[in-house]
Amino acid sequence: MRSATPWSDVFSFLLEATGETLYMVGVSTVIATVLGVPVGVWLQLTAQGGLRPNAAVHRILGFVTDLGRSMPFIVLLVALTSVTRLIVGGSIGSTAVIVPLAVGAIPFVGRLVQNILSEVHVTVVEAAITTGASTLRIVRGVLIRESLPALINAIGVTVIALIGYSAMAGVIGGGGLGDLAIREGYQRFNDRILWSTVAWLAVLTTVIQFGFTRAARASDRRRHASV
Amino acid sequence: MITVENLTKSFQGVSALNGVTLDVEAGTVLGVVGPSGAGKSTLARCVALLERPDSGAIRVDGTDITSLDGSALRAARRQIGVVPQGDSLLRQRTAAGNIALPLESAGVPGPQRRTRVGELLDLVGLTDKAASYPDQLSGGQRQRIAVARALAANPSVLLADEPTSALDPETTGSVLTVLDRARAELGVTVLIVTHDMGVVRKICDDVAVLEQGRVVEHGKVLDLVNNPISRTSSALLPAVDLNPINESSYDRVADVVLVGFAAVGALLPEAAHRFGVELNIVGGGLTRLGETPVARFRLGLNGERSDSALEWIGEAGGAVQRSLKGPQGVAA
Ligand SMILES: Nc1ncnc2c1ncn2[C@@H]1O[C@H](COP(=O)(O)OP(=O)(O)O)[C@@H](O)[C@H]1O
Ligand SMILES: [Mg+2]
Repeated sequence: MRSATPWSDVFSFLLEATGETLYMVGVSTVIATVLGVPVGVWLQLTAQGGLRPNAAVHRILGFVTDLGRSMPFIVLLVALTSVTRLIVGGSIGSTAVIVPLAVGAIPFVGRLVQNILSEVHVTVVEAAITTGASTLRIVRGVLIRESLPALINAIGVTVIALIGYSAMAGVIGGGGLGDLAIREGYQRFNDRILWSTVAWLAVLTTVIQFGFTRAARASDRRRHASV
Repeated sequence: MITVENLTKSFQGVSALNGVTLDVEAGTVLGVVGPSGAGKSTLARCVALLERPDSGAIRVDGTDITSLDGSALRAARRQIGVVPQGDSLLRQRTAAGNIALPLESAGVPGPQRRTRVGELLDLVGLTDKAASYPDQLSGGQRQRIAVARALAANPSVLLADEPTSALDPETTGSVLTVLDRARAELGVTVLIVTHDMGVVRKICDDVAVLEQGRVVEHGKVLDLVNNPISRTSSALLPAVDLNPINESSYDRVADVVLVGFAAVGALLPEAAHRFGVELNIVGGGLTRLGETPVARFRLGLNGERSDSALEWIGEAGGAVQRSLKGPQGVAA
Protein backbone atom coordinates (compact mmCIF):
# COMPACT_ATOMS: atom_id res chain seq x y z
CA MET A 1 0.00 0.00 0.00
CA ARG A 2 1.62 3.21 -1.13
CA SER A 3 0.95 6.47 0.54
CA ALA A 4 -1.70 8.77 -0.90
CA THR A 5 -0.65 11.46 -3.36
CA PRO A 6 0.05 14.68 -1.44
CA TRP A 7 -2.79 17.24 -1.75
CA SER A 8 -0.42 19.75 -3.30
CA ASP A 9 0.20 17.33 -6.16
CA VAL A 10 -3.52 16.63 -6.52
CA PHE A 11 -4.11 20.35 -6.85
CA SER A 12 -1.47 20.80 -9.53
CA PHE A 13 -2.86 17.78 -11.42
CA LEU A 14 -6.34 19.30 -11.21
CA LEU A 15 -5.10 22.72 -12.25
CA GLU A 16 -3.36 21.41 -15.34
CA ALA A 17 -6.27 19.16 -16.34
CA THR A 18 -8.79 21.95 -15.80
CA GLY A 19 -6.78 24.15 -18.10
CA GLU A 20 -6.78 21.44 -20.79
CA THR A 21 -10.51 20.79 -20.42
CA LEU A 22 -11.43 24.47 -20.56
CA TYR A 23 -9.18 24.94 -23.58
CA MET A 24 -10.65 21.98 -25.50
CA VAL A 25 -14.26 22.71 -24.53
CA GLY A 26 -13.96 26.48 -24.82
CA VAL A 27 -12.49 26.53 -28.32
CA SER A 28 -14.78 23.80 -29.63
CA THR A 29 -17.85 25.55 -28.15
CA VAL A 30 -16.91 28.77 -29.92
CA ILE A 31 -16.41 26.90 -33.21
CA ALA A 32 -19.62 24.88 -32.75
CA THR A 33 -21.56 28.07 -32.00
CA VAL A 34 -20.13 30.03 -34.91
CA LEU A 35 -20.92 27.19 -37.32
CA GLY A 36 -23.89 25.54 -35.58
CA VAL A 37 -26.05 28.66 -35.24
CA PRO A 38 -26.04 29.27 -39.01
CA VAL A 39 -26.95 25.62 -39.52
CA GLY A 40 -29.89 26.05 -37.15
CA VAL A 41 -30.91 29.30 -38.84
CA TRP A 42 -30.69 27.67 -42.26
CA LEU A 43 -32.77 24.70 -41.09
CA GLN A 44 -35.43 27.06 -39.75
CA LEU A 45 -35.41 29.36 -42.81
CA THR A 46 -35.98 26.44 -45.17
CA ALA A 47 -38.56 24.72 -42.96
CA GLN A 48 -42.22 24.73 -43.95
CA GLY A 49 -43.59 28.09 -42.88
CA GLY A 50 -40.07 29.52 -42.60
CA LEU A 51 -38.88 32.70 -44.26
CA ARG A 52 -37.40 30.83 -47.23
CA PRO A 53 -39.20 27.49 -47.36
CA ASN A 54 -37.32 24.92 -49.41
CA ALA A 55 -38.28 21.31 -48.80
CA ALA A 56 -35.31 19.77 -50.65
CA VAL A 57 -32.62 21.84 -48.93
CA HIS A 58 -34.34 21.39 -45.59
CA ARG A 59 -34.52 17.63 -45.92
CA ILE A 60 -30.91 17.18 -47.00
CA LEU A 61 -29.59 19.53 -44.32
CA GLY A 62 -31.77 17.82 -41.72
CA PHE A 63 -30.53 14.40 -42.78
CA VAL A 64 -26.86 15.38 -42.53
CA THR A 65 -27.47 17.08 -39.18
CA ASP A 66 -29.20 14.07 -37.68
CA LEU A 67 -26.53 11.74 -39.05
CA GLY A 68 -23.88 13.85 -37.32
CA ARG A 69 -25.83 13.83 -34.08
CA SER A 70 -26.28 10.09 -34.06
CA MET A 71 -22.53 9.44 -34.41
CA PRO A 72 -20.97 8.25 -31.11
CA PHE A 73 -18.24 10.68 -30.12
CA ILE A 74 -15.63 8.00 -29.63
CA VAL A 75 -16.11 6.94 -33.26
CA LEU A 76 -15.80 10.53 -34.44
CA LEU A 77 -12.63 10.92 -32.39
CA VAL A 78 -10.94 8.06 -34.19
CA ALA A 79 -12.54 8.47 -37.58
CA LEU A 80 -11.51 12.08 -37.89
CA THR A 81 -7.83 11.45 -37.21
CA SER A 82 -6.68 12.27 -40.72
CA VAL A 83 -8.87 15.34 -40.97
CA THR A 84 -7.53 16.50 -37.64
CA ARG A 85 -3.95 16.05 -38.79
CA LEU A 86 -4.73 18.13 -41.86
CA ILE A 87 -6.23 20.96 -39.83
CA VAL A 88 -4.04 21.17 -36.72
CA GLY A 89 -0.91 19.51 -38.07
CA GLY A 90 -1.03 16.60 -35.62
CA SER A 91 -3.41 13.95 -34.40
CA ILE A 92 -2.73 13.86 -30.67
CA GLY A 93 -2.95 16.32 -27.81
CA SER A 94 -5.56 18.78 -26.58
CA THR A 95 -5.62 20.78 -29.79
CA ALA A 96 -6.27 17.65 -31.81
CA VAL A 97 -9.34 16.85 -29.68
CA ILE A 98 -10.92 20.20 -30.57
CA VAL A 99 -11.62 19.07 -34.14
CA PRO A 100 -13.85 16.06 -33.34
CA LEU A 101 -15.45 17.92 -30.40
CA ALA A 102 -16.41 20.82 -32.65
CA VAL A 103 -17.53 18.58 -35.50
CA GLY A 104 -19.69 16.56 -33.12
CA ALA A 105 -21.20 19.66 -31.55
CA ILE A 106 -22.14 21.53 -34.76
CA PRO A 107 -25.18 19.37 -35.60
CA PHE A 108 -26.09 19.24 -31.91
CA VAL A 109 -26.14 23.04 -31.74
CA GLY A 110 -27.86 23.23 -35.13
CA ARG A 111 -30.88 21.21 -34.02
CA LEU A 112 -31.12 22.98 -30.67
CA VAL A 113 -31.05 26.35 -32.42
CA GLN A 114 -33.65 25.37 -35.00
CA ASN A 115 -36.04 24.15 -32.30
CA ILE A 116 -35.60 27.38 -30.38
CA LEU A 117 -36.07 29.64 -33.41
CA SER A 118 -39.22 27.79 -34.42
CA GLU A 119 -40.78 28.91 -31.13
CA VAL A 120 -40.85 32.57 -32.19
CA HIS A 121 -44.49 33.28 -33.00
CA VAL A 122 -45.39 33.59 -36.65
CA THR A 123 -47.35 36.82 -36.03
CA VAL A 124 -44.21 38.45 -34.62
CA VAL A 125 -42.16 37.38 -37.63
CA GLU A 126 -44.86 38.48 -40.07
CA ALA A 127 -45.16 41.84 -38.34
CA ALA A 128 -41.45 42.33 -38.96
CA ILE A 129 -41.88 41.29 -42.60
CA THR A 130 -44.56 43.94 -43.07
CA THR A 131 -42.13 46.63 -41.89
CA GLY A 132 -40.09 45.91 -45.01
CA ALA A 133 -37.22 44.33 -43.08
CA SER A 134 -34.77 42.17 -45.02
CA THR A 135 -34.42 38.48 -44.23
CA LEU A 136 -31.03 39.08 -42.61
CA ARG A 137 -32.49 41.78 -40.38
CA ILE A 138 -35.37 39.51 -39.37
CA VAL A 139 -32.99 36.65 -38.56
CA ARG A 140 -30.79 38.86 -36.41
CA GLY A 141 -33.27 41.30 -34.93
CA VAL A 142 -36.27 39.05 -34.51
CA LEU A 143 -35.52 35.32 -34.59
CA ILE A 144 -32.21 35.44 -32.74
CA ARG A 145 -32.86 38.42 -30.50
CA GLU A 146 -36.28 37.19 -29.42
CA SER A 147 -34.86 33.77 -28.52
CA LEU A 148 -31.56 34.94 -27.07
CA PRO A 149 -32.26 33.69 -23.53
CA ALA A 150 -33.05 30.20 -24.82
CA LEU A 151 -30.05 30.29 -27.16
CA ILE A 152 -27.69 31.19 -24.32
CA ASN A 153 -29.09 28.31 -22.29
CA ALA A 154 -28.57 26.02 -25.28
CA ILE A 155 -24.90 27.00 -25.48
CA GLY A 156 -24.65 26.20 -21.76
CA VAL A 157 -26.12 22.76 -22.42
CA THR A 158 -23.58 22.33 -25.22
CA VAL A 159 -20.67 23.24 -22.94
CA ILE A 160 -21.76 20.67 -20.35
CA ALA A 161 -22.18 18.02 -23.04
CA LEU A 162 -18.74 18.82 -24.45
CA ILE A 163 -17.15 18.51 -21.01
CA GLY A 164 -18.64 15.01 -20.96
CA TYR A 165 -17.36 14.14 -24.44
CA SER A 166 -13.93 15.57 -23.68
CA ALA A 167 -13.51 12.87 -21.02
CA MET A 168 -12.71 10.57 -23.92
CA ALA A 169 -9.91 12.86 -25.08
CA GLY A 170 -7.43 10.62 -23.34
CA VAL A 171 -7.78 8.18 -26.21
CA ILE A 172 -5.72 10.50 -28.37
CA GLY A 173 -3.69 12.02 -25.56
CA GLY A 174 -5.79 15.12 -25.12
CA GLY A 175 -5.60 15.21 -21.33
CA GLY A 176 -8.21 17.08 -19.34
CA LEU A 177 -10.22 16.25 -16.25
CA GLY A 178 -11.90 13.12 -17.59
CA ASP A 179 -8.56 11.71 -18.62
CA LEU A 180 -7.11 12.54 -15.20
CA ALA A 181 -9.92 10.72 -13.43
CA ILE A 182 -9.63 7.64 -15.64
CA ARG A 183 -5.88 7.34 -16.12
CA GLU A 184 -4.43 8.69 -12.88
CA GLY A 185 -7.40 7.90 -10.67
CA TYR A 186 -9.28 4.82 -11.81
CA GLN A 187 -6.62 2.82 -13.62
CA ARG A 188 -3.97 3.46 -10.90
CA PHE A 189 -6.39 2.87 -8.05
CA ASN A 190 -5.71 6.38 -6.80
CA ASP A 191 -8.94 7.14 -4.98
CA ARG A 192 -7.82 10.54 -3.83
CA ILE A 193 -7.30 11.74 -7.41
CA LEU A 194 -10.39 9.96 -8.70
CA TRP A 195 -12.79 11.44 -6.16
CA SER A 196 -11.17 14.86 -6.09
CA THR A 197 -11.61 15.04 -9.84
CA VAL A 198 -15.19 13.86 -9.67
CA ALA A 199 -16.00 16.43 -7.00
CA TRP A 200 -14.24 19.17 -8.90
CA LEU A 201 -16.09 18.25 -12.12
CA ALA A 202 -19.37 18.51 -10.24
CA VAL A 203 -18.43 21.94 -8.92
CA LEU A 204 -17.17 23.10 -12.31
CA THR A 205 -20.28 22.03 -14.26
CA THR A 206 -22.55 23.52 -11.62
CA VAL A 207 -20.74 26.85 -11.77
CA ILE A 208 -20.81 26.85 -15.58
CA GLN A 209 -24.49 25.97 -15.64
CA PHE A 210 -25.21 28.72 -13.12
CA GLY A 211 -23.26 31.23 -15.18
CA PHE A 212 -25.19 30.46 -18.34
CA THR A 213 -28.52 30.56 -16.53
CA ARG A 214 -27.66 33.97 -15.13
CA ALA A 215 -26.53 35.26 -18.52
CA ALA A 216 -29.71 33.96 -20.13
CA ARG A 217 -31.82 35.66 -17.53
CA ALA A 218 -29.87 38.90 -17.87
CA SER A 219 -30.62 38.90 -21.59
CA ASP A 220 -34.35 38.29 -21.04
CA ARG A 221 -36.37 41.48 -20.93
CA ARG A 222 -39.53 39.61 -20.11
CA ARG A 223 -38.37 39.10 -16.53
CA HIS A 224 -39.38 42.70 -15.91
CA ALA A 225 -43.00 41.68 -16.31
CA SER A 226 -43.92 42.01 -12.65
CA VAL A 227 -41.92 45.19 -12.00
CA MET B 1 -55.96 55.70 -53.03
CA ILE B 2 -56.12 51.95 -52.71
CA THR B 3 -58.06 49.76 -55.07
CA VAL B 4 -58.50 46.03 -55.09
CA GLU B 5 -59.49 44.58 -58.44
CA ASN B 6 -60.96 41.17 -58.98
CA LEU B 7 -58.75 39.52 -56.40
CA THR B 8 -58.83 35.73 -56.19
CA LYS B 9 -56.99 33.40 -53.90
CA SER B 10 -57.49 29.75 -53.11
CA PHE B 11 -55.79 27.34 -50.74
CA GLN B 12 -55.40 23.78 -51.98
CA GLY B 13 -58.26 24.26 -54.37
CA VAL B 14 -60.52 25.83 -51.74
CA SER B 15 -61.39 29.33 -52.76
CA ALA B 16 -60.96 32.01 -50.07
CA LEU B 17 -61.31 35.11 -52.28
CA ASN B 18 -63.58 34.96 -55.22
CA GLY B 19 -63.10 38.12 -57.27
CA VAL B 20 -62.97 40.84 -54.65
CA THR B 21 -63.20 44.41 -55.90
CA LEU B 22 -62.98 47.35 -53.52
CA ASP B 23 -61.72 50.86 -53.32
CA VAL B 24 -60.81 53.11 -50.43
CA GLU B 25 -60.68 56.82 -51.01
CA ALA B 26 -57.64 58.67 -49.69
CA GLY B 27 -58.02 59.69 -46.05
CA THR B 28 -61.09 57.57 -45.37
CA VAL B 29 -61.70 54.50 -43.24
CA LEU B 30 -63.10 51.35 -44.81
CA GLY B 31 -64.42 48.56 -42.64
CA VAL B 32 -64.39 45.08 -44.14
CA VAL B 33 -66.92 43.00 -42.27
CA GLY B 34 -68.35 39.54 -42.68
CA PRO B 35 -68.79 36.23 -40.91
CA SER B 36 -65.89 34.04 -39.82
CA GLY B 37 -64.30 32.30 -42.79
CA ALA B 38 -65.55 34.91 -45.27
CA GLY B 39 -62.02 35.66 -46.42
CA LYS B 40 -61.38 38.88 -44.48
CA SER B 41 -57.96 37.85 -43.20
CA THR B 42 -56.95 36.47 -46.57
CA LEU B 43 -57.83 39.82 -48.13
CA ALA B 44 -55.91 41.65 -45.40
CA ARG B 45 -52.87 39.38 -45.87
CA CYS B 46 -52.90 39.99 -49.61
CA VAL B 47 -53.01 43.76 -49.08
CA ALA B 48 -50.27 43.44 -46.43
CA LEU B 49 -48.16 41.63 -49.06
CA LEU B 50 -47.87 38.55 -46.88
CA GLU B 51 -49.85 36.45 -49.33
CA ARG B 52 -49.74 36.57 -53.11
CA PRO B 53 -53.15 36.52 -54.78
CA ASP B 54 -53.76 34.00 -57.59
CA SER B 55 -55.04 36.79 -59.81
CA GLY B 56 -56.22 40.36 -59.70
CA ALA B 57 -54.52 43.58 -58.71
CA ILE B 58 -53.99 45.71 -55.63
CA ARG B 59 -53.17 49.29 -56.53
CA VAL B 60 -51.77 51.86 -54.15
CA ASP B 61 -51.71 55.26 -55.84
CA GLY B 62 -52.30 53.52 -59.14
CA THR B 63 -49.38 51.08 -58.95
CA ASP B 64 -50.04 47.36 -58.81
CA ILE B 65 -48.13 45.95 -55.86
CA THR B 66 -49.03 42.27 -56.17
CA SER B 67 -46.17 41.17 -58.38
CA LEU B 68 -43.23 42.93 -56.78
CA ASP B 69 -40.06 41.19 -55.59
CA GLY B 70 -36.93 41.92 -53.62
CA SER B 71 -36.26 45.50 -52.63
CA ALA B 72 -39.26 46.84 -54.55
CA LEU B 73 -41.46 44.51 -52.49
CA ARG B 74 -39.86 45.69 -49.25
CA ALA B 75 -40.32 49.32 -50.29
CA ALA B 76 -43.99 48.67 -51.06
CA ARG B 77 -44.40 47.01 -47.68
CA ARG B 78 -43.18 50.22 -46.07
CA GLN B 79 -46.00 52.05 -47.87
CA ILE B 80 -48.53 49.88 -46.06
CA GLY B 81 -48.53 49.95 -42.28
CA VAL B 82 -49.92 46.74 -40.83
CA VAL B 83 -51.48 46.00 -37.45
CA PRO B 84 -51.58 42.20 -37.55
CA GLN B 85 -54.23 40.00 -35.98
CA GLY B 86 -53.03 38.99 -32.51
CA ASP B 87 -49.97 39.75 -30.41
CA SER B 88 -47.21 40.91 -32.72
CA LEU B 89 -44.77 42.97 -30.66
CA LEU B 90 -41.19 41.88 -30.04
CA ARG B 91 -41.16 40.89 -26.39
CA GLN B 92 -37.45 41.57 -26.04
CA ARG B 93 -37.77 45.18 -27.16
CA THR B 94 -39.23 48.18 -25.40
CA ALA B 95 -42.33 49.93 -26.71
CA ALA B 96 -40.07 52.55 -28.28
CA GLY B 97 -37.84 49.84 -29.77
CA ASN B 98 -40.83 48.15 -31.35
CA ILE B 99 -42.04 51.39 -32.90
CA ALA B 100 -38.53 52.00 -34.28
CA LEU B 101 -38.49 48.70 -36.20
CA PRO B 102 -39.89 49.99 -39.53
CA LEU B 103 -37.58 53.01 -39.31
CA GLU B 104 -34.58 50.70 -38.92
CA SER B 105 -35.76 48.69 -41.91
CA ALA B 106 -36.00 51.92 -43.88
CA GLY B 107 -32.48 52.96 -42.81
CA VAL B 108 -33.58 56.09 -40.96
CA PRO B 109 -30.62 57.38 -38.89
CA GLY B 110 -30.71 57.25 -35.07
CA PRO B 111 -31.52 60.84 -34.08
CA GLN B 112 -34.36 61.15 -36.61
CA ARG B 113 -35.60 57.76 -35.50
CA ARG B 114 -35.86 58.86 -31.89
CA THR B 115 -37.74 62.02 -32.82
CA ARG B 116 -40.23 60.07 -34.91
CA VAL B 117 -40.73 57.43 -32.21
CA GLY B 118 -41.45 60.25 -29.75
CA GLU B 119 -44.10 61.71 -32.06
CA LEU B 120 -45.80 58.34 -32.44
CA LEU B 121 -45.78 57.60 -28.71
CA ASP B 122 -47.48 60.95 -28.32
CA LEU B 123 -50.02 60.16 -31.03
CA VAL B 124 -51.07 56.94 -29.30
CA GLY B 125 -50.91 58.54 -25.85
CA LEU B 126 -48.22 56.27 -24.42
CA THR B 127 -45.26 58.62 -24.01
CA ASP B 128 -44.79 57.43 -20.43
CA LYS B 129 -44.50 53.81 -21.60
CA ALA B 130 -41.58 54.34 -24.00
CA ALA B 131 -39.22 52.21 -21.92
CA SER B 132 -41.74 49.52 -20.99
CA TYR B 133 -41.58 46.02 -22.42
CA PRO B 134 -44.69 44.47 -23.99
CA ASP B 135 -45.17 42.16 -21.00
CA GLN B 136 -45.56 45.23 -18.81
CA LEU B 137 -48.34 46.68 -20.97
CA SER B 138 -52.05 45.92 -21.06
CA GLY B 139 -53.62 44.38 -24.18
CA GLY B 140 -54.98 47.75 -25.30
CA GLN B 141 -51.64 49.47 -24.76
CA ARG B 142 -49.84 46.76 -26.73
CA GLN B 143 -52.29 47.20 -29.56
CA ARG B 144 -51.76 50.97 -29.57
CA ILE B 145 -48.01 50.39 -29.76
CA ALA B 146 -48.66 48.07 -32.71
CA VAL B 147 -50.62 50.87 -34.38
CA ALA B 148 -47.77 53.31 -33.70
CA ARG B 149 -45.30 50.84 -35.20
CA ALA B 150 -47.48 50.45 -38.28
CA LEU B 151 -47.50 54.22 -38.72
CA ALA B 152 -43.81 54.80 -38.03
CA ALA B 153 -42.48 54.82 -41.58
CA ASN B 154 -45.18 57.24 -42.77
CA PRO B 155 -47.19 54.75 -44.78
CA SER B 156 -50.00 56.01 -46.96
CA VAL B 157 -52.18 53.02 -46.07
CA LEU B 158 -52.89 51.58 -42.64
CA LEU B 159 -54.24 48.05 -42.50
CA ALA B 160 -55.59 46.46 -39.33
CA ASP B 161 -56.89 42.90 -39.01
CA GLU B 162 -59.31 42.54 -36.08
CA PRO B 163 -57.44 45.20 -34.09
CA THR B 164 -59.94 45.03 -31.24
CA SER B 165 -61.02 41.41 -31.21
CA ALA B 166 -59.21 40.50 -27.97
CA LEU B 167 -60.11 43.68 -26.12
CA ASP B 168 -62.87 44.75 -23.74
CA PRO B 169 -65.23 47.53 -24.90
CA GLU B 170 -63.44 50.33 -23.06
CA THR B 171 -60.01 49.37 -24.40
CA THR B 172 -61.52 48.90 -27.84
CA GLY B 173 -62.55 52.55 -27.66
CA SER B 174 -58.98 53.68 -26.97
CA VAL B 175 -57.59 51.70 -29.91
CA LEU B 176 -60.29 53.01 -32.26
CA THR B 177 -59.60 56.56 -31.10
CA VAL B 178 -55.96 56.07 -32.04
CA LEU B 179 -56.90 54.75 -35.50
CA ASP B 180 -59.22 57.69 -35.98
CA ARG B 181 -56.47 60.15 -34.97
CA ALA B 182 -54.14 58.52 -37.48
CA ARG B 183 -56.60 59.27 -40.23
CA ALA B 184 -57.37 62.77 -39.01
CA GLU B 185 -53.84 63.91 -38.15
CA LEU B 186 -51.70 61.94 -40.60
CA GLY B 187 -54.20 61.63 -43.42
CA VAL B 188 -53.60 57.91 -43.87
CA THR B 189 -56.11 55.74 -45.65
CA VAL B 190 -57.35 53.06 -43.28
CA LEU B 191 -58.62 49.56 -43.99
CA ILE B 192 -59.98 47.71 -40.96
CA VAL B 193 -60.99 44.07 -41.03
CA THR B 194 -63.43 43.26 -38.28
CA HIS B 195 -66.42 41.16 -37.35
CA ASP B 196 -67.54 43.82 -34.87
CA MET B 197 -70.18 46.18 -36.25
CA GLY B 198 -69.36 48.50 -33.33
CA VAL B 199 -66.07 49.28 -35.06
CA VAL B 200 -67.94 50.25 -38.22
CA ARG B 201 -70.37 52.34 -36.20
CA LYS B 202 -67.56 54.23 -34.47
CA ILE B 203 -64.98 55.02 -37.13
CA CYS B 204 -65.75 53.74 -40.62
CA ASP B 205 -66.75 56.04 -43.47
CA ASP B 206 -67.30 53.14 -45.83
CA VAL B 207 -68.10 49.51 -45.34
CA ALA B 208 -67.68 46.40 -47.44
CA VAL B 209 -69.50 43.21 -46.53
CA LEU B 210 -67.65 40.05 -47.47
CA GLU B 211 -69.37 36.69 -47.72
CA GLN B 212 -67.77 33.51 -49.03
CA GLY B 213 -64.97 35.43 -50.68
CA ARG B 214 -67.25 37.93 -52.40
CA VAL B 215 -68.14 41.54 -51.73
CA VAL B 216 -71.90 41.51 -51.34
CA GLU B 217 -72.25 45.15 -50.29
CA HIS B 218 -69.94 48.13 -50.52
CA GLY B 219 -70.60 51.80 -49.98
CA LYS B 220 -70.73 54.73 -47.61
CA VAL B 221 -72.05 53.78 -44.21
CA LEU B 222 -74.46 56.73 -44.12
CA ASP B 223 -75.84 55.82 -47.56
CA LEU B 224 -76.22 52.16 -46.72
CA VAL B 225 -78.12 52.78 -43.50
CA ASN B 226 -80.64 54.72 -45.55
CA ASN B 227 -81.22 51.67 -47.68
CA PRO B 228 -83.75 49.52 -45.86
CA ILE B 229 -82.74 46.26 -47.49
CA SER B 230 -78.99 46.64 -46.92
CA ARG B 231 -77.25 44.24 -44.55
CA THR B 232 -75.41 47.20 -43.16
CA SER B 233 -78.56 48.97 -42.07
CA SER B 234 -80.01 45.92 -40.39
CA ALA B 235 -76.72 45.27 -38.61
CA LEU B 236 -76.04 48.86 -37.57
CA LEU B 237 -79.37 50.37 -36.69
CA PRO B 238 -81.44 49.72 -33.57
CA ALA B 239 -84.00 46.97 -33.98
CA VAL B 240 -87.53 48.24 -34.43
CA ASP B 241 -89.42 45.06 -33.67
CA LEU B 242 -88.26 44.19 -30.18
CA ASN B 243 -91.71 44.84 -28.73
CA PRO B 244 -94.79 43.58 -30.52
CA ILE B 245 -97.31 46.35 -31.07
CA ASN B 246 -101.01 46.38 -31.59
CA GLU B 247 -101.28 47.63 -35.14
CA SER B 248 -105.01 48.08 -34.95
CA SER B 249 -104.58 51.04 -32.63
CA TYR B 250 -102.91 53.08 -35.40
CA ASP B 251 -104.04 54.30 -38.80
CA ARG B 252 -100.51 53.93 -40.17
CA VAL B 253 -97.39 52.10 -39.01
CA ALA B 254 -94.06 52.89 -40.69
CA ASP B 255 -90.32 52.64 -40.08
CA VAL B 256 -88.21 55.70 -40.56
CA VAL B 257 -84.45 56.33 -40.55
CA LEU B 258 -83.27 59.77 -39.54
CA VAL B 259 -79.68 60.89 -40.05
CA GLY B 260 -78.10 63.91 -38.40
CA PHE B 261 -78.83 66.20 -35.46
CA ALA B 262 -81.48 68.25 -37.21
CA ALA B 263 -83.46 65.30 -38.49
CA VAL B 264 -83.28 63.29 -35.28
CA GLY B 265 -84.18 66.25 -33.10
CA ALA B 266 -86.86 68.12 -35.00
CA LEU B 267 -88.39 66.22 -37.90
CA LEU B 268 -90.96 64.12 -36.08
CA PRO B 269 -92.42 66.80 -33.80
CA GLU B 270 -92.62 69.15 -36.74
CA ALA B 271 -94.44 66.59 -38.90
CA ALA B 272 -96.92 65.96 -36.11
CA HIS B 273 -97.50 69.67 -35.69
CA ARG B 274 -97.70 70.49 -39.40
CA PHE B 275 -100.22 67.79 -40.30
CA GLY B 276 -102.10 67.63 -37.07
CA VAL B 277 -101.47 63.94 -36.58
CA GLU B 278 -100.71 61.96 -33.46
CA LEU B 279 -97.29 60.45 -33.89
CA ASN B 280 -96.02 57.75 -31.54
CA ILE B 281 -92.59 56.13 -31.43
CA VAL B 282 -93.46 52.50 -30.82
CA GLY B 283 -90.07 50.88 -31.46
CA GLY B 284 -86.46 51.41 -32.44
CA GLY B 285 -84.01 53.87 -31.02
CA LEU B 286 -81.02 56.10 -31.44
CA THR B 287 -77.41 55.28 -32.25
CA ARG B 288 -74.36 57.12 -33.44
CA LEU B 289 -72.34 56.59 -36.60
CA GLY B 290 -69.07 58.36 -35.98
CA GLU B 291 -70.18 61.83 -34.88
CA THR B 292 -73.56 61.58 -36.56
CA PRO B 293 -76.64 60.65 -34.55
CA VAL B 294 -78.82 58.20 -36.46
CA ALA B 295 -82.22 56.96 -35.45
CA ARG B 296 -84.45 54.21 -36.66
CA PHE B 297 -87.94 54.40 -35.27
CA ARG B 298 -91.12 52.48 -35.79
CA LEU B 299 -93.90 55.02 -35.86
CA GLY B 300 -97.55 54.61 -35.16
CA LEU B 301 -99.63 57.43 -36.62
CA ASN B 302 -103.20 58.45 -36.04
CA GLY B 303 -104.97 61.14 -38.00
CA GLU B 304 -106.45 61.82 -41.41
CA ARG B 305 -103.27 63.25 -42.84
CA SER B 306 -100.94 60.43 -41.70
CA ASP B 307 -99.85 59.61 -45.27
CA SER B 308 -99.03 63.24 -45.98
CA ALA B 309 -97.03 63.44 -42.77
CA LEU B 310 -94.98 60.38 -43.77
CA GLU B 311 -94.46 61.75 -47.25
CA TRP B 312 -93.32 65.06 -45.83
CA ILE B 313 -90.83 63.29 -43.51
CA GLY B 314 -89.44 61.57 -46.58
CA GLU B 315 -89.08 64.81 -48.48
CA ALA B 316 -87.52 66.56 -45.51
CA GLY B 317 -84.64 64.09 -45.46
CA GLY B 318 -85.86 61.18 -43.41
CA ALA B 319 -85.99 57.77 -45.06
CA VAL B 320 -89.40 56.26 -44.60
CA GLN B 321 -88.43 52.70 -45.09
CA ARG B 322 -91.58 50.78 -45.01
CA SER B 323 -95.17 51.41 -44.46
CA LEU B 324 -96.30 48.39 -42.52
CA LYS B 325 -99.87 49.46 -42.53
CA GLY B 326 -101.46 51.45 -45.29
CA PRO B 327 -100.12 52.25 -48.80
CA GLN B 328 -96.66 50.80 -49.43
CA GLY B 329 -93.56 52.52 -50.69
CA VAL B 330 -93.74 56.00 -49.33
CA ALA B 331 -90.01 56.31 -49.70
CA ALA B 332 -87.67 59.25 -49.86
N1 LIG C 1 -53.22 29.37 -45.06
C1 LIG C 1 -54.40 28.79 -45.34
N2 LIG C 1 -54.45 27.50 -45.75
C2 LIG C 1 -55.62 26.92 -46.04
N3 LIG C 1 -56.80 27.52 -45.96
C3 LIG C 1 -56.85 28.79 -45.57
C4 LIG C 1 -55.64 29.50 -45.23
N4 LIG C 1 -55.98 30.77 -44.88
C5 LIG C 1 -57.32 30.84 -44.98
N5 LIG C 1 -57.85 29.67 -45.40
C6 LIG C 1 -59.28 29.41 -45.65
O1 LIG C 1 -59.81 30.48 -46.40
C7 LIG C 1 -61.08 30.85 -45.92
C8 LIG C 1 -61.09 32.30 -45.47
O2 LIG C 1 -60.33 32.42 -44.29
P1 LIG C 1 -60.03 33.82 -43.62
O3 LIG C 1 -59.54 34.75 -44.66
O4 LIG C 1 -59.14 33.58 -42.45
O5 LIG C 1 -61.47 34.28 -43.12
P2 LIG C 1 -61.90 35.35 -42.02
O6 LIG C 1 -60.72 36.17 -41.64
O7 LIG C 1 -62.97 36.15 -42.68
O8 LIG C 1 -62.46 34.59 -40.86
C9 LIG C 1 -61.42 29.87 -44.81
O9 LIG C 1 -62.20 28.86 -45.36
C10 LIG C 1 -60.08 29.36 -44.37
O10 LIG C 1 -60.20 28.06 -43.88
MG1 LIG D 1 -59.70 36.58 -39.68
